[in-house]
Amino acid sequence: MKLQSFFKKLSDAVSGFFAACANYFVHFKKGDIITKISYFIMGFGCFCRKQVVKGLAYLAIQLGYIYFMITSGVYYISMLSTLGTMQQGEVWDEALQIYRIQTGHNSMLLLLFGVFSIFLTILFIAFYFMSVSRAYKNQLLMEQGKHINSFKDDVRDLLDSKYHITVLSIPVILTVAFTILPLIFMILMAFTNFDQTHQPPGNLFTWIGTSNFSKILYQNPRWSSTFFKLLFWTIIWAFFATFLNYILGIMLAIMINKKGIRIKSFWRTIFVTTIAIPQFVSLLLMSRMLLDNGALNNLLLNLGIIKEAIPFLTNPNVAKVTVIIVNLWVGIPYTMLITSGILMNIPEDLYEASRIDGATPVKQFFAITLPYMLHVTTPYLITQFVGNINNFNVIFLLTGGGPQSLNLYQAGETDLLVTWLYKLTTQEQNYALASTIGIVIFMLLSSISLITYNMTSAVKEEDTFS
Amino acid sequence: MIKSMKAKRTIGNAFIYVILTLLSIVWVFPVAWLVMQSFRKEGSAFTPYFIPKQWTFDNYINLLTDTSKFNFPRWFGNTLVVAIASCILTTVLVLLTAYAFSRLRFKMRRPMMNVILILGMFPGFMSMIAIYHILKAINLTQSLVSLVLVYSGGAAMGYYIAKGFFDTIPYAIDEAAMIDGATKNQVFWKIILPMSKPIVIYTILTSFLTPWVDFIFVSVIMKDNYDKYTVALGLFQMISRENVQKYFTQFCAGAVLIAIPITLLFIKMQKYYVSGVTAGGAKG
Repeated sequence: MKLQSFFKKLSDAVSGFFAACANYFVHFKKGDIITKISYFIMGFGCFCRKQVVKGLAYLAIQLGYIYFMITSGVYYISMLSTLGTMQQGEVWDEALQIYRIQTGHNSMLLLLFGVFSIFLTILFIAFYFMSVSRAYKNQLLMEQGKHINSFKDDVRDLLDSKYHITVLSIPVILTVAFTILPLIFMILMAFTNFDQTHQPPGNLFTWIGTSNFSKILYQNPRWSSTFFKLLFWTIIWAFFATFLNYILGIMLAIMINKKGIRIKSFWRTIFVTTIAIPQFVSLLLMSRMLLDNGALNNLLLNLGIIKEAIPFLTNPNVAKVTVIIVNLWVGIPYTMLITSGILMNIPEDLYEASRIDGATPVKQFFAITLPYMLHVTTPYLITQFVGNINNFNVIFLLTGGGPQSLNLYQAGETDLLVTWLYKLTTQEQNYALASTIGIVIFMLLSSISLITYNMTSAVKEEDTFS
Repeated sequence: MIKSMKAKRTIGNAFIYVILTLLSIVWVFPVAWLVMQSFRKEGSAFTPYFIPKQWTFDNYINLLTDTSKFNFPRWFGNTLVVAIASCILTTVLVLLTAYAFSRLRFKMRRPMMNVILILGMFPGFMSMIAIYHILKAINLTQSLVSLVLVYSGGAAMGYYIAKGFFDTIPYAIDEAAMIDGATKNQVFWKIILPMSKPIVIYTILTSFLTPWVDFIFVSVIMKDNYDKYTVALGLFQMISRENVQKYFTQFCAGAVLIAIPITLLFIKMQKYYVSGVTAGGAKG
């Protein structure tokens, strides 16, 4: 993605937009009476020109939208600027001369439905422009005596040349409803003061601009020190979790695949079995085994290997090492499984030649195997790194973020940013802070991926056909 | 000279056998512990010794019959229903999306793929709370339907792996069929789909497994409605601080019951799993 081509695309988009706007008025001027009416009654141009079903659909959209706006949409959009003004509680009723309970506004629902209404409006505008341009096109087709698609033709198109609309409409709707809308909602929340003391329905919350971001970066020393500490640990963790797993996993795969090693499938199955066990089972068990009085310490004590219990999960520094090592248990078999096939693709003569030159297996690994693998699997490594920054399961199940620390705000020593986010929402209900952290994580991840994707040569352009 | 090389290789291999054996022990250790704990007769959460002194089947029997506090059979049924429904929905969504991005060319293709890429960089459960309120607004919280929607709602975004597979099928096949008069709809159902058995199986299995292992979304959506829990969250409850003393061995029994079918499925499908991940990874 070169900067230049980006600006070219941007300017194309802008000029395209203005051209479309100009066309809107030009077409109105050129249009006959039917086209002109369909500027106000959607679908009229279809309805009068043999596209009855399509016309009715457009009309239904328009009526539905107007009904929605009158009954609730206008109200929700107008409430967006304040997110509610009426607090729940007792108010003095002048007429009856008594206190009565008023229900008050729910800022949360107002924000949610406000976003939803705006979304519907955008959708409606898109449909409106579609119907207008369809009306004009129909007029032209009519004047030129050409064929206008009937409902049957449209259905046929939807199964062939416009198949992508058929195929993608349901996925798009579901993704919008369950990913994009919630995400927009949460992004907006980062600009509000929705924390413990502003919980709807009892209390209101409102817009406070970007002060959450400045608080987390420098203004609130407790937040910012926690944030930077966890950020630092998150990156250390992601680095070790990704690359240690990667290298050791490849080594394991090489050992299993080495010529002369028997019962390969037996070894492989042993390791693969541990991937298949659900993480919440294996990791929870590990966390119980690694307790100060857990099975592992007992075993080691009884065998006389250690004199005192090792604080696997209770000492901050030991706990950090523990999670990285336990993550090896989770991750090595996975890398082994994925890389086995790729390893076999490395040309055998490379090894042959280096052996004649007297290279040791260790040297071969770092001079041939690793560079080759890195070249082929860079995208895999990037997704692994991103996945580890967001690796919720291992930390949450193993240490729960602990050991707790008084220096950190609502977090433990091994908490990643993402588990901190989880704690802030479920325990602390500080949604504003949680959303802010989510956005920061997003910015971190997207810049890492952008930089690495641009630097790597392994990301091939997919073969194009039209 | 040749003899010494052979000797060297034998020693090297022996060394590798030793390492592999040691590693296997490390990897099997927790699993073995789990299985042994599930048969332990002594109550209490932890014992200071590794191998149980008395063995019993009671943990399994209690887990399946004593439903007064923890209704494991019911959770199992819930999970099965959710898994089947979300697996069907997810598979259809993923395959259709992947087909569109792999085989069809339209104006919004690139932008849509980029948007999905960007969306994937937000932490997954950042939107959890919002989803909860959306479901509440349409009166669907604490129901199994909502779980199905949550598991398959964003499923289309995981189209990469299937697309990677579709990309490897030569486009000439599509063209040949279209010259013979097939529509794109027919090409998908009659040509591409039958050729993509591995990826179809992969998608079905992975989506079937999700409800069995997720405990976060369930806990947000179901809150304290024990009857609607899935096995993962239910088992999770069993070893919470107040229950762990009494229910730890039953937790182990439940974990074994869940882990066995998942493990068997996974070992069966690992071939598809690998081809799926690598095909998706190399193409981006």
